[in-house]
Amino acid sequence: MSDEVDLELRRRTRRGFITAAVAAGAGYASWKWLRTRPRIEGVEWPLRRMLEANESLAGAYFSPARLSPNFHPSDVTRARLNGRIGLQSALDLDAWRLNIEGAAGAGAEGAAAPVAVTLDEIRALPRHDQITELRCIEGWSIIVKWTGARLVDLMAKYPPAETPKYVSLQTPDRAYYVGLDIESAIHPQTLLAYEMNGSPLAPLHGAPLRLAIPVKYGIKNLKRIGTIRYTNIRPADFCAERGYDWYAGH
Amino acid sequence: MKRLEKKHPLAIRWFHWLNFPLLAVMIWSGTLIYWAYPRYVKLPQGVWRALHINNRLAEGMALHFFFMWLFLINGVLYVLYTLVSGEWRALVPNRNSFREAWQVLLHDLHLRKEAPPPRKFNGAQQISYTGVILMGLGSIITGLAIYKPVQFAWLNRLFFGYQGARFVHFALTVGYVLFFLVHVAQVIRAGWNNFRAMVIGVEVHEVNE
Repeated sequence: MSDEVDLELRRRTRRGFITAAVAAGAGYASWKWLRTRPRIEGVEWPLRRMLEANESLAGAYFSPARLSPNFHPSDVTRARLNGRIGLQSALDLDAWRLNIEGAAGAGAEGAAAPVAVTLDEIRALPRHDQITELRCIEGWSIIVKWTGARLVDLMAKYPPAETPKYVSLQTPDRAYYVGLDIESAIHPQTLLAYEMNGSPLAPLHGAPLRLAIPVKYGIKNLKRIGTIRYTNIRPADFCAERGYDWYAGH
Repeated sequence: MKRLEKKHPLAIRWFHWLNFPLLAVMIWSGTLIYWAYPRYVKLPQGVWRALHINNRLAEGMALHFFFMWLFLINGVLYVLYTLVSGEWRALVPNRNSFREAWQVLLHDLHLRKEAPPPRKFNGAQQISYTGVILMGLGSIITGLAIYKPVQFAWLNRLFFGYQGARFVHFALTVGYVLFFLVHVAQVIRAGWNNFRAMVIGVEVHEVNE
C-alpha cells in the first residue's frame, strides 16, 4: 500500500518538476528573445509595439473634458530646470518669429511657405492663466502658473487647410522637437506660454514662447518654440527617438 | 500509513509561479524608473551603478508598460479562478483568522507551544495571501493614477495627489519585497512536503489506520 503511494508520489514529483523546468526554460527563452529583438527608436520592437497599443487605448479613452487639476496660487512650487537642448544657440528676441508651417493659403497654391507670427500677435490672442502640475518623466513634479494663449486659438487664427492628425513643434535651431496628437494639441489647457509664475519666461525656461501642456509629460513641454507645423505624418520626437513613448500622455 | 492529499489546484499553481517572474520584472523595471527620481530611499550612485540600474529610465518604462498587462491579466484570472472554484473559502480571512494569526505568530516566535491548526491555510496565511492580493489591487489603482494622472485625476485625489499616489505605489512595492522575504522563510521552515505541493499539487499525509 505504502509502496504504491511512494510510486505515485515519485511519478507525480517527476512529472511536476519536469513541467516546472520546461516552463522555467520557456520563460527564460522568451525573455532572452524579447531582449534581443531589433530595436525601433531605441527599444525592442515588441516593447515599441506595446507602447503604441497602449497609445491607441489611451487615445480612445482621452477626453478634452478631463482637465489637469487646477491649483491655488499658494501651491506654486519652486521652478526646476531640466533640459537645455535647443536653447544653446544665440537668440535675438526682437528678430524672433513663430513660424507656422502647413497653414491654409500660406503660400502660392498651398506651398509650404510658413506664416511668421510675432510675439505681440500671440499676446493679442485671448489670454489664459492656469496653475497646473508639470510632471517630469523622471517622476518629479512641480506646480506652475502659466500664462499664455491656447494653441487651439492660434490654430483657429492660422488654420490648417484641413484638420491635421498631428502638430509638430521645434526649437529655432531644430535641436529639440516634439510631436503631438491633435487631440492633445487642441486640449483647452494646452498653452503657448509667455509668462511663468507671473513673470515673462526666463531664457532657460524657454523665452520668449514655450509649450505648457499638462496632458503630457514634461518632455513634450517644448521650450523656445521656433516652428509649429500641421501635419498628417507622425512627427519626429526627440525623446521617442531615444526609447521613450512617443505619446507620453496623461 | 501515508496518503497523498490534493492541496493546490493546477490553475492556482500556474498563477502562483507565473506571478513570480512577472512581479520580479515589474519590481525591477520599476526600480529602473525609480532611479531617475529616488525620492524615498536614496542610494549612492555607486550602488546604482554596481546594480546596473542607472540611466535606464526609458527601458524601464517600456518594460513596465509591457509587463503590466501580463501581471494584471494573471492577477485577474487568479482572483476569478478562486471565486469560481470556491478556493476563496480557504483563502479569505474569517472572524477567527485574526486571533489565530496572533497565535501562529507566537508559535513561530517560539512563545507558544500549540501548533497552528492543520488546515490548508491558517489565519496568518489567510490574512497575508488575501492582503497581498489587495496590495496588487492597490498597485494597479495607484499605477493607473500615476500612468494617466489627467484622465484619472479623481484617482490621484484619493491619494492626495500625483506624488501621493506615487508614494503609495512605491510603498506597496516595498511591501511585496517584505512579503517575499517572510514567505520564503516560512516555506523553508514548513519543509519539502509543503513546497513540493505548490509544484505537484499533492501533499503526503500520515494517516492512522
